[in-house]
Amino acid sequence: MSTARPVDLGMPSVRPQHASPSSRLRGAEGFPAAARRETQDATLRANLAHATGTIRAKRAGAVREVRDWQKLRDAGSAIKWQVTDHLPEMLERLEASVQAAGGTVHWARDAEEAGDIVTSLVLERGAEQVLKIKSMATQEIGLDETLAHAGVRAIESDLAELIVQLAGDTPSHILVPAIHRNRAEIREIFLAAMPDLSPDITDDPAELAGAARRFLREQFLDLTGGVAISGGNFAVAETGTVVIVESEGNGRMCLTLPKTLISVVGIEKIVPTFQDLEVFLQLLPRSSTGERMNPYTSLFTGVHEGDGPEEFHLVLLDNGRTAVLEDPEGRSALHCIRCSACLNVCPVYERAGGHAYGSTYPGPIGAILSPQMTGMHGPDDPNATLPYASSLCGACYDVCPVKIDIPSILVHLRAKGVDERRETRGQFHGTWDVAMQGMSRLMSSPRLYDTAVRSAGLAGRVKRSGNIGRLPSALPVIPGWTDHRDLPTPHQSFRSWWKDREKGEARGQEQGEHDEEGTA
Amino acid sequence: MSGHGSSAAGRAWHHDERPVRTPGMSAKEEILARARAALAVPRRDAITEEADVPRAYMRADDRSETATDPAKVRDMLVRRIEDYEAAVTRTERAQLPAAIAAALAEAASLVVPPELPGEWTAGIEQRIVRDDGALGPRELDGIDAVLTGCHTAIAATGTIVLRADGLGGRRVLSLVPDLHVVVVEAEQVALGVPRAIERMAADPTAAWTMISGPSATSDIELERVEGVHGPRRLHVILVEDPPPADTTASTEA
Amino acid sequence: MRISLMTTCLVDVMAPDVAASTVRLLERLGHEVVYDPRQTCCGQMHTNTGYYREAAPVVRSFVDTFEPQLDRIDAIVMPSGSCAGCVREQHALVARHEDDAELEERAGHVAAKTYELSELLVDVLKVTDVGAYFPHTVTYHPTCHSMRFLKVGPRPLKLLRAVEGIEVVNLPSSDTCCGFGGTFSVKNDATSDAMVTDKAANVVASGADYVVAGDASCLMNIGGKLSRTGARPRPIHLAQILASTKEEPFVPSDVMMGRAS
Repeated sequence: MSTARPVDLGMPSVRPQHASPSSRLRGAEGFPAAARRETQDATLRANLAHATGTIRAKRAGAVREVRDWQKLRDAGSAIKWQVTDHLPEMLERLEASVQAAGGTVHWARDAEEAGDIVTSLVLERGAEQVLKIKSMATQEIGLDETLAHAGVRAIESDLAELIVQLAGDTPSHILVPAIHRNRAEIREIFLAAMPDLSPDITDDPAELAGAARRFLREQFLDLTGGVAISGGNFAVAETGTVVIVESEGNGRMCLTLPKTLISVVGIEKIVPTFQDLEVFLQLLPRSSTGERMNPYTSLFTGVHEGDGPEEFHLVLLDNGRTAVLEDPEGRSALHCIRCSACLNVCPVYERAGGHAYGSTYPGPIGAILSPQMTGMHGPDDPNATLPYASSLCGACYDVCPVKIDIPSILVHLRAKGVDERRETRGQFHGTWDVAMQGMSRLMSSPRLYDTAVRSAGLAGRVKRSGNIGRLPSALPVIPGWTDHRDLPTPHQSFRSWWKDREKGEARGQEQGEHDEEGTA
Repeated sequence: MSGHGSSAAGRAWHHDERPVRTPGMSAKEEILARARAALAVPRRDAITEEADVPRAYMRADDRSETATDPAKVRDMLVRRIEDYEAAVTRTERAQLPAAIAAALAEAASLVVPPELPGEWTAGIEQRIVRDDGALGPRELDGIDAVLTGCHTAIAATGTIVLRADGLGGRRVLSLVPDLHVVVVEAEQVALGVPRAIERMAADPTAAWTMISGPSATSDIELERVEGVHGPRRLHVILVEDPPPADTTASTEA
Repeated sequence: MRISLMTTCLVDVMAPDVAASTVRLLERLGHEVVYDPRQTCCGQMHTNTGYYREAAPVVRSFVDTFEPQLDRIDAIVMPSGSCAGCVREQHALVARHEDDAELEERAGHVAAKTYELSELLVDVLKVTDVGAYFPHTVTYHPTCHSMRFLKVGPRPLKLLRAVEGIEVVNLPSSDTCCGFGGTFSVKNDATSDAMVTDKAANVVASGADYVVAGDASCLMNIGGKLSRTGARPRPIHLAQILASTKEEPFVPSDVMMGRAS
């Protein structure tokens, strides 16, 4: 921070900032290393394949039923662009609307500030325990741990979050945080963590859900006078309405039973008007769980006299979101409505699983969101590997309900990382950098390229045509390939075939021969 | 910033210890300033205004919403509610009390919102608790069933929309008891979500709950299990006036 | 018509018979094929790996090769969905990154005449029955870029179904990526291997003798896995099936797609 000149209150001196380093947005290792380990786990692979396969089919059916689906996507995308393009005004409008409805609005620049705000609110109300609704934002800022440091126990009330919490695990999917666990594993987790649970319980999902119901029922009924913490799917700028989309009813419990409700919501979660919900309440459930509509959607505005919490606090969270906003080519990552459809169709996610991404936000959307929120600090930053965690197959873009062009942003972020490295003295000399520069010189020179291909062809002619197997090589490219697959070695390049053919034709014409079948 | 060698670069992301906050600036001022700075970056595409949003999808005034035979819309509602494993009873108004009583046959106790029409519970013999706004969750947990009216129903999604009012009840009422019986009037049924949102938008700051089937989870292997924390059973009673006699000639297969 | 062949670098070096088959096919249909040996690569590898600056000279070389012939040819054909996609979608991107408006404009002219093989046949040459003969069971893998970016849709299948003697069988999970993804297959080799393992298993499960696609790169990936695991099905490019006739049938060689007869 420069102290040379007085603080300038004009806006140019303030720059967007990346998310706090304490945020749960970066793993300890890069994606390739993490995925190498995760892909070896046969149980995980089977769990993921089963779960994503099931939900892909459900989503496809739910979407096929909607005749105007593509038009809804167009509208959803445009509304989200409208929000990002006018974010400051939208935020101020939202604040005014919430305040007018009896709510209190807090602003949090980063994870620490949000944690401090929530912790203070909880401690001031003397709560030793809070109930939580599944929320990506509070997971991102590590709120449960922050509260624990202050002596407050946060209980996750969503079944999957509860499974993850009881197992001391981390979520691996936006919608189904325990997607990496099968029923037998969940039974073991419950038996270990719920002292009153009979060991006779089977691994039938209905029985396991029943156990969770009984376990949490008491917590809910004791919530009167207490504090609950939620995220928010949508916040309507026009009215101050917060929308929570859920299935189990734990959300409704937390939204109606406590005396104090705190909602931590990212600044990008805004929709302009109440009527705009007509688009998103169609897009989200079908994309997410593959249902026509999720079981419960709650819409509340500030404090409702005689119904629900007496206090409502909305915490608006930046934590790197304005940094995402700063890149015109990448900012549409903020349009995400957390449906997780891109995870479920992603062949990379299906095989590597959510933990390999090292962030609260896994999958294709995570691969563009996490590195933009944290920044990519040099080639060794684990998040610098995320834009490469994709074969660019494009399945994510096809299903995204708000049409985020994830493949294009992935390539854009790759280029951004490369450009930053190129512009930093002493950094542009990695194996790939050197290879790509060499290949560029070769492939931009017809003469060099021709010579190289012909000499390669010559080498091929020495060896009989065939497949080459496992092959150590000086080229960085080859071992990664031949560890897993064979590689063809043709004995002649096309260009030499063409040249031979031309020669043959020329000779044929000279000799006056006419090949009736050869040409049309 | 830059200038670190390749060895230091290895852990560069640990160096930015805390995000930069500007002294003397409130969090609100700073976040708004950050957003304005971010948006000031030159861009190639046009800014999207409200008028630019393409509303070509089926809105509340779409012909499918306004011109579809209401009886067909109600048929769809019934099918789609049943798809959620919820029960549906179709009844004429005169038979409503009997239908309600039948739906509640297995419940020993019942709670109703304060303005629920008295005639709806005319056939009920069980104990009826009329909500006075003071019932706590523990008391509600001891009651078997809740009977409410509704504000709007959505045929396309099989959704019941409750407004927290004298007919829909406080939100907790329809949440804690294990059986929720809800009465839907024919004129409350919309075909699509946009029409329903339009109806709700007349009172946007009310507390709204949209209910699509009983409480459910798919958190274990994505296998749907009905009934977690909300009511495990949902029973919808659809009130339809008898159709005019002359239309019965055209029956559908 | 006069059609200029852009083989793609990968086909030139690794799968020459795909280009040779394209030549034979188009000539059989009565068209003239021209080939400019100054061609190198479309620059996709550099672009998709983020090396826009390094891609720029490759793109420039591509445009320098093909732009001058535009008034003498009717179309440029590439036997690859992803490379045609790169020419159409990404050359402008690379030019903009280099602030080279002239290159962007020239690249746009070239892109407007560039077609993937099945697009050229169905949309430009208006033919679905090319008179091919291929008495084998095949299964079709729609490559990601041809399916999602170029949106070639059912064109390749229409062409295949018109082939005499062929039996086209369903490929389970056909629309799932094979795991190639260019440098992805090397940078994330473990994940890529998991993907191609599943793809190869699905090809085997289809019961086909051949897995056909419009991209030699994906075929090299799938074929390499099939070969490594000793599985029976072999990879074959759409051009090779369409070039095959009773008189001049496709000859399976020792080399995956490698026959340059």
